[in-house]
Amino acid sequence: MTPTVQKYLTQTKMNDLYIISTAVLVSASCGLLGVFLILRKMAMVGDAISHAVLPGIVLAFLFSGNRDSITVLIGAMVLGILASVLIEVIHKKARLQEDAAIGVTFTWLFAIGVILITLFSRQIDLDQDCVLYGEIAYVPLDLWFLESGVNLGPRALWVAAGLFIVVILFVTLGYKGLQITSFNEEFAVSVGISAIVWHYLLMGMVSAVTVASFEVVGAILVVALLVGPAASAYLLSKRLPTMLVLTIVFGVLSSISGYYLAKYLEGSIAGAIATMTGFWFTLSLAISKIKKPRSVVSKQG
Amino acid sequence: MEAFIDFFSFHDPNVRLVVLGMLFISLSSSLVGSFAFLQKKSLVGDAVAHSLLPGIAIAFMISGSKSPWVLILGALISGWISILIMDFLTKRSKIKTDTAIALVLSVFFGLGILLLTHIQHSYFGNQSGLDKFLFGKAASLTLIDIQAFGLVTLVIVALVGVFYREFKLLSFNYEFAKAIGMPVKALSFLMNTLLVLAITTGIQAVGVVLMAALIIAPAAAAKIWTYSLSKMILIAMGFALFSSLVGSFISYTYINMPTGPWIVVILTFFTVMSLLFAPKRGVFSRIKRQRENSLKINTENILKALYHLEEGKSTLFEWHKLDQILEKRTFNKVTLNNSLRQLSKKNWIVLGEQKVKLSKAGELEARRVVRLHRLWEMYLTKRMNFKSDHIHSNAETIEHIITPEIERDLILELGTPKVDPHSSEIPYSD
Amino acid sequence: MSKETFDLALEVHNLTVSYNRKPVLWDIDFSLPQGKLIGIVGPNGSGKTTLLKTIMGLLEPDSGYVEVKGKPLKEVRNQVSYVPQRESVDWDFPADVMDVVKMGRYRKGNILKRLSQDDKRIAIESLEKVDLLEFSNRQIGELSGGQQQRVFIARALAQQGEVYLMDEPFVGVDAATEDAILKLLVEMKSKGKTVIIVHHDLQTAYEYFDWMVLLNTRLVACGPKEEVFTKEKLQEAYGGRLTVLSKIGDLISKKEFPIREKGFSEKK
Repeated sequence: MTPTVQKYLTQTKMNDLYIISTAVLVSASCGLLGVFLILRKMAMVGDAISHAVLPGIVLAFLFSGNRDSITVLIGAMVLGILASVLIEVIHKKARLQEDAAIGVTFTWLFAIGVILITLFSRQIDLDQDCVLYGEIAYVPLDLWFLESGVNLGPRALWVAAGLFIVVILFVTLGYKGLQITSFNEEFAVSVGISAIVWHYLLMGMVSAVTVASFEVVGAILVVALLVGPAASAYLLSKRLPTMLVLTIVFGVLSSISGYYLAKYLEGSIAGAIATMTGFWFTLSLAISKIKKPRSVVSKQG
Repeated sequence: MEAFIDFFSFHDPNVRLVVLGMLFISLSSSLVGSFAFLQKKSLVGDAVAHSLLPGIAIAFMISGSKSPWVLILGALISGWISILIMDFLTKRSKIKTDTAIALVLSVFFGLGILLLTHIQHSYFGNQSGLDKFLFGKAASLTLIDIQAFGLVTLVIVALVGVFYREFKLLSFNYEFAKAIGMPVKALSFLMNTLLVLAITTGIQAVGVVLMAALIIAPAAAAKIWTYSLSKMILIAMGFALFSSLVGSFISYTYINMPTGPWIVVILTFFTVMSLLFAPKRGVFSRIKRQRENSLKINTENILKALYHLEEGKSTLFEWHKLDQILEKRTFNKVTLNNSLRQLSKKNWIVLGEQKVKLSKAGELEARRVVRLHRLWEMYLTKRMNFKSDHIHSNAETIEHIITPEIERDLILELGTPKVDPHSSEIPYSD
Repeated sequence: MSKETFDLALEVHNLTVSYNRKPVLWDIDFSLPQGKLIGIVGPNGSGKTTLLKTIMGLLEPDSGYVEVKGKPLKEVRNQVSYVPQRESVDWDFPADVMDVVKMGRYRKGNILKRLSQDDKRIAIESLEKVDLLEFSNRQIGELSGGQQQRVFIARALAQQGEVYLMDEPFVGVDAATEDAILKLLVEMKSKGKTVIIVHHDLQTAYEYFDWMVLLNTRLVACGPKEEVFTKEKLQEAYGGRLTVLSKIGDLISKKEFPIREKGFSEKK
């Protein structure tokens, strides 16, 4: 093995590591929040928010001039919360049924986002493909250099790590609040706990996570990561802590297997990871059926 | 202006193609979407749109052809499969409906993207024709595409026509349809097929992500205007058609502008306008109704106050100072003036300088309201066993709602009572 | 309604409540004494659950107010325990029996903190009282209806309230569980607790409760059971709909009429 090939291989392995680590951190962050989304039967609201933040990202990008800033994060978070407020208003005040309120809101916001991208295509460096499925493969290329010239590694990896820490803090600190408002909202309110506050806290966090993951993995993958691993964990968990841990496990499995699948097929990594969330879900479903064969489940709630 | 004439004179064959394509797509999407909307399956439409992608990719990979028929077949199969899976998950596992939809949506779409990008890399960019499914490229529709759309639309319209009554019952009352022995499973399968077909053509105009709008928005906008299903469908089609024409026009005029998003923006505009301005159920209609209610309440209260001022006195139709009315009730200035104006318009009072007096007609009307108040108090006391200190405030509200029909019912049930629970005489119009 | 001079557990004043713009409760006014087992009964759709939810602050009344032990609910929340209907919860939720009972120790004040040892002890004791301690680690979806109900009651016990409000706790519950719950309620009463229960079954109501509230959109009767459970009162509550009243209700809903004249008040 020549030194150049060896160097290339090591470098590739390093790139692999960067990409996979970023994917793992993003999927863990999305998954943990996704647990509460599916327990509250709000999976599609999560889908809606991930589309609705697009105009926020574009506008913030325009104002701040670059795509990596806090402005983008805040701008999109605002839009995520705005979207969930809009859905509520259209549903309650204009009296449109909830599924239609969700559908109309997020398609409209996403359409505006795409139009804005086209209008300002010169000032901003986003294209439709990137928006849909990001390009996590570029992660190793976008390195973060300090003034002193020290290479801290890929910027996206740092963002993902920061995100993960924030999510862990949120879920740990807010565990009881999220748990009780997801399980029995009426009881929570009767004890004086504000269901509305926890709702909007969760929506805000989902918006933030969506945005931060957006650039790396695009809109569609975010949904897959919000819902897939959590759904897989749901089938196999008796208790909430288990579900949270298993979600991370499934997220990790999907990220790693997805990465290698993409490499093998020379296709989109984001798409592959999304596909693999489906694979692991099927496996989890099979395991759950074996553990407890029930042909008809009594539906409640 | 020139562009407008250029476009709508349809002498450009490309424009003709686009317009025709849009016509077909609007018709089929809004038609199918109306039923999906009624069954609260709008988001299933969203999931199906995303689920078509892998079918299209695989169809291309197997056949090597980009013929619309091949791709439609692939889309159909993967669309069917996605519906089956969503159904299975919801019925046979702990997974709830919303999670099933989101899961299927993202996994299938991810698979589709994976395959599309794989094709892109291994078939040297030959997948350019497949891109239009992702984002919709209404501007570059070919004759073959239009033929396919036309046929699909024809099939959809024909089948809906044949099974109209069955689809209608299925959408409005599934349980009842099942109970009377309709083959609900087969019919649902048929409806799902039509949904998938419509979406397959639709995504070529607006793309996968925005397809849901073509299904949901026309129906959402139309429903609030009518209670009739057929009218709703026609209105939905109208909205859809108009939006897609305007959207196409915009992207024809401004080359860079994508068609899909503009269609969605215009459609949403119609939806919001409908929700706000539709008669009876629209937001502004409701506000107007509430204002009318308030006006009625206020004017009737003034009449009552005047009546009370004269009750039991020997001389009627006297001038009363506004202050005297304000002694009986609080009104803010604007409300008072509005109400007085309305009463004067109806010739129930005569306006003077800071004073008013009842007209003959006004006295009858005042009598009516007082009568209703006292009848209702009797009803509360005799039939509902309310305590005497509870009936007054209740009657203050209800006296304004009681219709002549209900008044007759009350008089009948109570046996034409002469006095109310406070021993005040009940004034009948003799 | 007879009023005796003991402390009142609950006072409801002129309560009017709408659901979907239609008035479901009209001018409800009653008081309940402490230390009794009280049943709220009435036909379907009479507003029983709405009443309970309004008392718990889950619904906003159009008019009137509620006081628990002489104070608004906000001030005495830690003295009131609420047991919602069993069907209001998704029993597929990933939680075991102990998790749910521990939720009885959650308060606004401690929501961000971990539960204390004391909290855990109380949870265990509550489970013992309903005889479910061995099921602590069972996932709640695996329980029978009766067991699920007992978990809910254990959670309420863990709240250590003085006044308990329960929404149809005997629905879908086996006979043995029903007896066990009743025994528990009697024991709670002997300790001075007040238990107010929306009950679905008229036949057992007389047997189980000391006081009763007879409801059908408006208050029909309230008082010791012998006074309330008379033929006339029952006839009035259960004997068919008041057509005029329901016509009015429909009209109010259709025309979106305001239930209470806000801002058009009379001067006395």
